[in-house]
Amino acid sequence: MGTFVPNTKAQQQEMLKEIGFEKLDDLFAHIPDAVKFKDELDLPSGMSEMEAGKEIRKIAAKNRIYDTVFRGAGAYRHYIPAIVGSVLSNETLQTAYTPYQAEISQGVLQSIFEYQTMICDLTGMDVSNASVYDGGTAAGEAVAMCRGRKSNRALVSACIQPSVMKVIETYCFGNEMELVVIPEKDGKTDVEALKELMTEDTSCVLIQHPNYYGSLEDAEEIGEIAHSVKNCRFIMSVNPITLGTMRTPREYGADFAVGEGQPLGLPLAFGGPFLGFMASVDSMKRNLPGRIVGQTVDHNGKTGYVLTLQAREQHIRREKASSNICSNQALCALAVGVYLSAMGSEGLKNVASQCYSKAHYMAQKLAEAGFEIENEEFFHEFVTSSDKKASDVLKALDDEGILGGLPLDDNRILWCCTEMNTKIDIDKAVAIVKEVK
Amino acid sequence: MELKNDALYMKSHEWVVIDGDTATVGISDFAQSELGDLVFVNLPEPGDEVTAGEVFADVESVKAVSDIFSPVTGTIAEINEELLDAPELINENANDAWFIKVENVTDKAEELLTPEDYEVFCEEEQE
Amino acid sequence: MLIFEKSRPGRGCSAIPACDVEQYTLPDDDMRQSDLHLPEMAEVDLSRHYTELAKKAHGVNDGFYPLGSCTMKYNPKINEQMAGLDGFTQIHPLQPVDTVQGCLQILKETEDALSAITGMSNFTLQPAAGAHGEFTGLLLIKAYHLSNGDTQRRKIIVPDSAHGTNPASAVMAGMEVINVDSDDKGLVDVEKLRQVCEGNDEIAGLMLTNPNTAGLFDPNIKEITDIIHECGGQCYYDGANLNAVMGWARPGDMGFDCVHLNLHKTFSTPHGGGGPGSGPVGCKEHLAKFMPGVYAVEKDGVYDFAKAPESLGEMKNFYGNFLVAVKALTYIRMLGKEGIPEASKNAVLNANYMMKKLSAAYDIAFKPEVCMHEFVMDLARQAKETGVTAMDIAKGLLDNNIHPPTMYFPLTVHEALMAEPCETESKETLDAAIDVFLSLNDIAYSNPEKLHQAPVKTPVTRLDEVGAARHPVLKYEFE
Repeated sequence: MGTFVPNTKAQQQEMLKEIGFEKLDDLFAHIPDAVKFKDELDLPSGMSEMEAGKEIRKIAAKNRIYDTVFRGAGAYRHYIPAIVGSVLSNETLQTAYTPYQAEISQGVLQSIFEYQTMICDLTGMDVSNASVYDGGTAAGEAVAMCRGRKSNRALVSACIQPSVMKVIETYCFGNEMELVVIPEKDGKTDVEALKELMTEDTSCVLIQHPNYYGSLEDAEEIGEIAHSVKNCRFIMSVNPITLGTMRTPREYGADFAVGEGQPLGLPLAFGGPFLGFMASVDSMKRNLPGRIVGQTVDHNGKTGYVLTLQAREQHIRREKASSNICSNQALCALAVGVYLSAMGSEGLKNVASQCYSKAHYMAQKLAEAGFEIENEEFFHEFVTSSDKKASDVLKALDDEGILGGLPLDDNRILWCCTEMNTKIDIDKAVAIVKEVK
Repeated sequence: MELKNDALYMKSHEWVVIDGDTATVGISDFAQSELGDLVFVNLPEPGDEVTAGEVFADVESVKAVSDIFSPVTGTIAEINEELLDAPELINENANDAWFIKVENVTDKAEELLTPEDYEVFCEEEQE
Repeated sequence: MLIFEKSRPGRGCSAIPACDVEQYTLPDDDMRQSDLHLPEMAEVDLSRHYTELAKKAHGVNDGFYPLGSCTMKYNPKINEQMAGLDGFTQIHPLQPVDTVQGCLQILKETEDALSAITGMSNFTLQPAAGAHGEFTGLLLIKAYHLSNGDTQRRKIIVPDSAHGTNPASAVMAGMEVINVDSDDKGLVDVEKLRQVCEGNDEIAGLMLTNPNTAGLFDPNIKEITDIIHECGGQCYYDGANLNAVMGWARPGDMGFDCVHLNLHKTFSTPHGGGGPGSGPVGCKEHLAKFMPGVYAVEKDGVYDFAKAPESLGEMKNFYGNFLVAVKALTYIRMLGKEGIPEASKNAVLNANYMMKKLSAAYDIAFKPEVCMHEFVMDLARQAKETGVTAMDIAKGLLDNNIHPPTMYFPLTVHEALMAEPCETESKETLDAAIDVFLSLNDIAYSNPEKLHQAPVKTPVTRLDEVGAARHPVLKYEFE
């Protein structure tokens, strides 16, 4: 059996004696017999680190790692500079608790303050929180925090990532907000339909931009429609990579920017841990859920950082808090901070432009190979339709170690390119799918 | 404690000055000193209805949130927007730092204390 | 110094090659108008910046961390190594099922192990943290009542000693909180509970942690869960304190219908400065059909996804904080059926040892004969006699390289310091910490001012939190 208990048997006995007990089991004597567990746990026997490592490695080896990935749909394979993993493996940063004791947590607090600054810089917003669980919960929390005393109705675009829609539905199942889906028209949010759906009790309009199909939405116009109703907020869910080159949510008129932070330095990891970012204009900062770090001074006037605006949060406001979030994704936020610092402004612009340049190159090649491109303007994801069966196309790629796009139905595929996909990879993939009958 | 001589007090430590069918509401000097440094005030909006004995606002210190109860029933005519930017005004002079002005006052809380009785009440509460 | 102040235009890391396809141009109208201000750093500057930050933080590797209710046990390094395997990190969540058999096996084995430890029939790993797990559990209860047509069951009973997340989660689930006071032993007042529940068809359920936040195992637990069931409610177990009872008592046997666990507490995965955690939720059979997300099933060695027939939906994207599950399973594999109860035994031993030794100077809340994995010191006496508060003692500990216990919690004890030493600390560490605690008590009586001024050896002294909240500075302002 493996153990991480340092006390020897002799020490355990010595300690027991000091507190007036004979056996370790006696410490549990006060647990009523009716609820005491007397069996052996239904688990395998324990083992050494070497054996456990071998077992887990064997399990990992059952997964297939693709050399080339053209699949996104909410999780994106980007290059992660080595420094990111190096910083994250620092034992102190990795094992610290939430920075409640500010005096010995300045490192963690400063890293969050820097993260908040970078998220604000990317999104154009004034205030960012310290992260939530992922892009889905960021959207769910955003919808919930827009709820007003007289506005209980959320309008959400049908063109957002389907799993994010499901998370929003769950949050609304909980707090009983009315959730209305703005229909899709030609792969984009139906702006005319949105106009019809706006009511006085609408609390927010949420779109994803670029949307699930990769297309650019008419974000500015949608924001204007949202703001035609008093106290209705405009929430934009964005892929942060796009912000290297694309207009910020603020510049489109959004009140809140949220999204999945995974593309900024986190591995695919079978879907998690990722992180959700949430940022707002200054006037809405008290509606943000979760932790926020602020700058202040200590008794000697030295600059320092603390968790602030805490009275919004569950540990103080309890049943009146707008969210229950406590643990967030701090170490993932650290990864984002390191990633963005390693890339720098120019690096992120480069990544962003490579993403859409390569996606457009691939789309063009696929079009030449007989696939129809459904999108008008898109960023790094696009949808093809074709007479060829999606399953045949993906199978052909799979045979060559390539994870193709995500099948949307029998004939439509959602593709994604990032800076990781070289021209050679793209040409090879297109050549393979061209041959599919 | 600085008493506000023209006011009546709630046992939940709000003061109210009633003038005909209008009223001005704040929190007592005793309350501000018990609450400590206030960092934010959540106020309702003009036009909102308030009900005697019910919560209409809350104040935040660094580590606590406290509800503020309305001494009267009526419609909010005005809120003290200054407090939103400078909650420290309440700590500096709670008797001047009014929260809301209420019009069309139709009812008031059952038990409102005179300044003298309120002072006795606070002394008892401190023991 | 902030990273932005270290940035120099023209510096950078050579992470990305030049683009090998023709540059595309997006419509002008959708292009960024404002400048970006991301740091421009050489890799060496980055390395030193984060090393400097790490020096101004305190992890489990830096010293004793008896933070009550947080179970800051040692985080084994093999966990990290396993979670870092390419076979896990490089897997897209939407890969074909035959290419993710290993991931599904991790999910299945973790779900099964947690079921065995808690006495539940099903688990979902989707919730990302404890609070997220609470929300999930309450939605399960909500879905259950709705499916029975009990739309009026919206009241959830939460003891006054509960974690703040409990009432906040209840409200997110559309429920109304009924607080029930503890009795003078710090336990659930069974008679009061009975009065609230009897014949009350509005009760949705109860949220409870056992042992409770004072580290006490409630001997009436079965009676408590029976009372709830008799009035038609469901019982939710907050697993924050599971480290006390693994292999000794299971929430399922105590009468709970669903639970959440914190893999980042009980199962040794690191806290990361506030996450990522993982808050898996388990339930008994009658709730299983409402479980969120997907779960793994196995047949003849082949794994597949399955979905509950009346699933309440998705708590987050994909399958939860998967890599955290890898770490927890590695830990469970190493400890096994023998080591897991052994961990709880030593956690309880360490807590009792420390409680006994500290009771010489500190009053122990509710004066228990024996505590579980944690105990609460009540510093009301010191505060009254010396003016030294729980906060002051906590700050004094910082100067001694000890992370303080949880302060001012539970709310039922006014000057509380809640200490949870964990099984992974040696007698030597405990003895050294005990000496520090006792000497701080002496200082409280001899030189209280010294503690009011503490800490003095930390990178900063006490910070102006009032100023921070009144005039928030929440980001660096670029010129």
